[in-house]
Amino acid sequence: MKLPSRNIQFLARDGYRMRRLMDAARILPVIGLVLLLLPLMRQDSGTDSPPTASEAVYLFVVWIGLVVTAFVMSLGLRRTLGPLRPPVGPLPPHQAGGDTPTVPPPDQ
Amino acid sequence: MEKRVLVVEDEPNISEAIRFILMRNGWHVDVTADGIAAIGDLQTNPPDVLILDLMLPGVSGFDILKALRADPVTQTMPVLMLTAKGQAADREEAVRLGVTRFMTKPFANADVVAAVREMAGP
Amino acid sequence: MSFNLLVLTCIAYVIFLFFVASAAERSAQQGRAKWLRSPLVYTLSLSVYCTAWTFYGAVGYAARSGLEFMTIYLGPTLVFAGWWVLLRKLVRIGRENRVTSIADMISARYGKSNLLGVIVTLLCVAAGTPYIALQLQSIALSFTVFVSDQGRAPLAADRNLIAFWVAAGLTFFTIAFGTRNLDANEQHHGVVTAIAVEAVVKLLALIAVGIFVVWFVATGPSDILARIDAQALPEWTIQPGRWTGLILLSAIAIICLPRMFQVTVVENIDDKHLATASWAFPLYLFMISLFVLPIAVVGMELMPEGANPDMFVLTLPLHLGQDGLALLSFLGGFSAATSMVIVASLALATMVSNHIVVPLWLKLRAARNLDTGNMRLLVLSVRRLSISLVLGLGYIYYIISGGSEALAAIGLVAFVGVAQALPALMGALFWRGASRNGAALGLSIGTFLWFYTLFLPSFGPDVLLSAQVMEQGLFGQSWLRPYSLFGLTTLDPLLHALFWSLSLNTLAFCLGSLLSFPSPIERVQGALFVNIFDRPGPARSWTNPVAQAEDLLPMAQRILGASEGQAFFRAQAQAQGKNGFLPDITPEFLQGLELKMSGSVGAATAHAMISQTVGTAVVSVEDLMAVASETAQIIEYSSQLEAKSEELTLTARKLRDANEKLRTLSDQKDAFLSQISHELRTPMTSIRAFSEIMMESDGLSAQEQTHFARIIHDESIRLTRLLDDLLDLSVLEHGQVSLDIRPVNLRDLIDKSLTASKSVQAQRNFRILRSRDPEDVDIVTDPGRLTQVFINILSNARKYCDAADPQMKIIVRQRKSMIEVDFIDNGSGIARDKQALIFEKFSRLTDSLQAGGAGLGLAICREIMNNLGGDIDYVPGQGGAAFRVSLPLVLERPLDAASRSHPGGAG
Repeated sequence: MKLPSRNIQFLARDGYRMRRLMDAARILPVIGLVLLLLPLMRQDSGTDSPPTASEAVYLFVVWIGLVVTAFVMSLGLRRTLGPLRPPVGPLPPHQAGGDTPTVPPPDQ
Repeated sequence: MEKRVLVVEDEPNISEAIRFILMRNGWHVDVTADGIAAIGDLQTNPPDVLILDLMLPGVSGFDILKALRADPVTQTMPVLMLTAKGQAADREEAVRLGVTRFMTKPFANADVVAAVREMAGP
Repeated sequence: MSFNLLVLTCIAYVIFLFFVASAAERSAQQGRAKWLRSPLVYTLSLSVYCTAWTFYGAVGYAARSGLEFMTIYLGPTLVFAGWWVLLRKLVRIGRENRVTSIADMISARYGKSNLLGVIVTLLCVAAGTPYIALQLQSIALSFTVFVSDQGRAPLAADRNLIAFWVAAGLTFFTIAFGTRNLDANEQHHGVVTAIAVEAVVKLLALIAVGIFVVWFVATGPSDILARIDAQALPEWTIQPGRWTGLILLSAIAIICLPRMFQVTVVENIDDKHLATASWAFPLYLFMISLFVLPIAVVGMELMPEGANPDMFVLTLPLHLGQDGLALLSFLGGFSAATSMVIVASLALATMVSNHIVVPLWLKLRAARNLDTGNMRLLVLSVRRLSISLVLGLGYIYYIISGGSEALAAIGLVAFVGVAQALPALMGALFWRGASRNGAALGLSIGTFLWFYTLFLPSFGPDVLLSAQVMEQGLFGQSWLRPYSLFGLTTLDPLLHALFWSLSLNTLAFCLGSLLSFPSPIERVQGALFVNIFDRPGPARSWTNPVAQAEDLLPMAQRILGASEGQAFFRAQAQAQGKNGFLPDITPEFLQGLELKMSGSVGAATAHAMISQTVGTAVVSVEDLMAVASETAQIIEYSSQLEAKSEELTLTARKLRDANEKLRTLSDQKDAFLSQISHELRTPMTSIRAFSEIMMESDGLSAQEQTHFARIIHDESIRLTRLLDDLLDLSVLEHGQVSLDIRPVNLRDLIDKSLTASKSVQAQRNFRILRSRDPEDVDIVTDPGRLTQVFINILSNARKYCDAADPQMKIIVRQRKSMIEVDFIDNGSGIARDKQALIFEKFSRLTDSLQAGGAGLGLAICREIMNNLGGDIDYVPGQGGAAFRVSLPLVLERPLDAASRSHPGGAG
C-alpha cells in the first residue's frame, strides 16, 4: 500500500479501481451464465445428431476463461481480505456508499 | 565610605519616601522601578542592602530573589522584601527562598531604617 | 485380479488415509498445521462435491445425455467464480458465528429457532441418506465389476457384505477423526487432509484414464472430437429447460448440500482461502469434466452392447487389459465414494446430534443438573451415535432399495431436496425482514412438495407411492398428480418438482416473513447477519471509554436488574482500581459483561447489544430497545426504587454542582480580598511614610513640605477614588443602582465625554475621527452612567494608546432597537491572551505608573452597561484597541432589571 503522503490522488484512484474490481466480481457469474446458455440458442433441430463436439469445445473454452478471469480477479480482491478483518485498506465498507450492494438497506 | 541601598519599587511615591528616609540617615540610595533591569545591575554592581517590592510590573519579587540566591556573587546579599498583599503564604514563600527580612506595607519609617542598618552589619 | 488382492489394496489405502489423517491431527495439535490449512488443501477438500456419482456416473450420464452432465459442474463454477457476491458473506457469517452446519446457520439466524434446525436436519437426512447409499452401492458395484471380470461371479450377498464392511469401516474412520475433539468451531484437520488426499487420487485416476483413452486408444484430441460427433445420439441434443434448470440446481446444491456447507463454510479458516478456491475449484471441476465425454464415447464404441456406461471408467481399462490403470481407477472411485460418505455423515451427524438428539435428551432429563463435563461427554457420544445412525440408515437404505437403478437418479433428487433450504438461507444473508415463521413455512411447504413430487415417485410406481396415485393423483384428483401438479404437464419430473417446490417455498417464505412479526432476538440476529461487513473492528470503536461505560450501565441495569447491574459495574471498577460505577472499557470488562448478560438474554443478543453500545453500529436502536424492554418485563424490578435512586442521584449531582460553585466563589473572593488589600495598602504606604517624615523632620524646606503634602493629598484622593469605585461596583453588581433615566442626544454625550477625558494625559493630542450625523440620535438612558463609560474608554485610550500620532475613531451604528458605539484607537491594541481578562476586576495590564487606577474601570463599565440593558465588548482585529458599547435605544423601567438580577428585592 502506498504511503498517503506520497501521492494522495493515486490512493483515491487505487480505491476506485478496487471498487470497480468488486463490481466486476459481481458481474462475472452473470456473464458466465449468459455464455453458458448460448448453446441453447444455436441448436439446429433439423439434424439428427447435435453438434456435440464443437459445443463441448466452446463450453470448455468458456469454462477455462471463467477460471482464468476468476484467478486474475482473486489476486486483486484478496488484498481486501484479512484472516480477521479487512485492513484499513482503500475501502471501509461503511464509507463505500452505493458500492456495497451486497448489503441491502435496513428495513426500518 | 557610604553604604549603598538599592530600592526596587514600582510605586514612585513609595520609593521616594524610602529614598528620603534612608538618605537622611546617611545611606546612598539608588531607586529603580524596573525589576528585570535590576537583576543585571545587582550582579555587576551589588548594593549593600536590597529593598525589593513583591509585586513589580512584569516580574515577581520572588523571581528576582530566586535569581539572586542562585548566583554566588549575590547569594548572601541582605534583602528586605516589602509587600502590600500581606498574606502569610507570601511570607513563608519569601523565607523559603532565603529573604533576610520581610515587611508589609504600610511600614513605620523607623522600622525600615533599623532593618536596613541591622542587615548592612557594622 | 483376485478378490482378496483388491480387498488388501483397499485396506492398504484406508490405512494410508488413517496415517495421513492422524499425522494431520498430530501436527495440528502441535500447532504446526499451517501447511495443512493452506488454500490448496481447502480447495481440494471442496472436491467432496465430486462423489462416486461424478466419478462413475458422469461418464454414464454423458453416454446417455451428452453434454448435459456438464451442468452439474457449471453451476458450482458460476457460484465460485461469483464468490464475492454470496460465498464471501456466507463464509464470513459462518465463521464469525461459529456455525456448525447449515441447520445451525438457519436456526441461528432466525432467533436460534430449534424448530427450523429440526426441519433442515430432517430434510438433509432425507436427502442425504439415499445419497450415502448410492456411494455404498457404487463401491460394491465396482468390486463386483472388478472381480467378475476375473471369472468369479460374486453373489448378491457378497455385494451387501461389501457394502456392510465399507459402511462399518467408514463409520469407524469418521468417528475416529470426526469426533476426536469437540472443537467449538467444528473443524476437523485430519478429515480435511484425508479428503484432500483423496481428491488428488480421484482426479489423477480420472485424468489417467482420460489420457489413456485420448492418446492411446484414440489418436489425439481431433480424433476424439470426430468420434464424439460420430457417436452423438439424438438424445444428446441440449434441452433448454433441463440445461438451465440443472445449472441453477447444481449452483444451489453447492451452497446447500450439508457436506458442501461443511467443507466450504464450517471448515473455512480464512477468507483468502475462498479467494483461491474461486478459481482453483472451478479448475478442478474443469479437469474432472474434461475427459468424461471422451471416455463415454470410446466406451460406447468399444464396449460390448449392454455394458453399463456408469462403469466405463473401470470397465474400459479392464476391457483393454490395462489392469494397473483399472486399479488406479478403482481407487479413484473408492476415494470419491468414501470422502463423500465421511464428510456427509459427519455433517449430518452434527445436525442430528445438535438439533435433535441433544435437545431431546436435555428435555427428557430437564430435572437433572448436569455439569459441563457431562455435557461434553454427552455431546461426543451423541455425535458418535449419530454418525453410526446416519451410515446405518444409508446401509439399510441400500439393502432395502436392493441396489436398484432408482438409486442412480438419487443424486439430482437429493439436490432438489437440499435446495429447499435456499430461500431461508438467502433470506438469512440478505433480508433483514426474513422471519422465523416465514422460513419455517417455506421450508415445510418446499420439503413436502419435494417429497411428494420427486422423492417418493423417484422409487418408481408402487414402491412408496402407489401407481394409482402416480397415474390419477392423490384421492383421484388429477391436478394432484405428483409429476404434473396443478396441471403442469410439459416439464420433466425433475424440473417440475424443482419449479413447484422452490417457487412455492419462496412464496411461502416471503409471505410468511411479510405477515409475521419477528422476535427481537431474530431482528438482532438478522441485522448481525445481513450487515456482517459493516461491523468495524472492535479496537477501533473504543474512542471514548468513560462515556461508553456510562452508556453500558443503563443497558446492563435493564437486563440484569438495577442493583445487580450496578454491583457488577462497581466490582469491575474496583478490580481495575477505580472508584465509582464506571470501569474502563477493557476487552476483559466487555467479555465479562457479555458473559453476565448472556446468562439472561443469550450470547448472540448480549454480544449484539454490547457491540451496539460501544459503537459498532450494526443493530438498530429500536432492535435494542425492543430486546431490552422484553427482558425488562421478564426481570422484575421495582420501578419505584429506581425512581428514588434516580432522584437521589439528581440531588447528589445538584449538591456537587453547588459545592463546586461555592468553591469557585470562595477562590474568587480570596483573590479579590488580596487584590483589595494590595490596592488599599499601596496609597496608604505613601501616606504613612510621608506623614511620618513630616512629623519627624524639622529641617524640611518649604518646597519639600509642599511636595510631600501634595503626595499625601494625591494618594488620599487615589484611596478615596478606589473606595468609590469599589462601592460603585458593588452597587452595580447587585443591581441596586438607581438609574436616572431620561431622553438625551447621543452626540451631546459623546461631545461631553471627549471634553471630560481631555484632562487625562492632557499633553497628548488625539485626532478624533467621527461622523456626526449618525451620532445625532435621541436615546433614553442614564446619561451620567453612559458618559462614565465613554470617559473611561476614552481615558484608557489616552493612557495606553502607543501610537506616535494617536487617533480615536468613533462610529455609531443603529441595529434594530439597539445602538452600537465603537471606539477604535490606532495603537497596538490588547494582546489576544489578555482580551478575555480586561473586564475582570483589578486587571491592570501595564504598570500603575501610567494607570493611576486600580484596574476597576472596565469592570465597572461592564456592570454599568449591563444595568443599562446593553453590553461592552472588546472587538479584536480593528487595527487598534476597539471597544464596542451597545445599548438599547430606549431603556425600559430599571425596576425589571433590578428585580430580575436581585430577586430578594431592594430591602
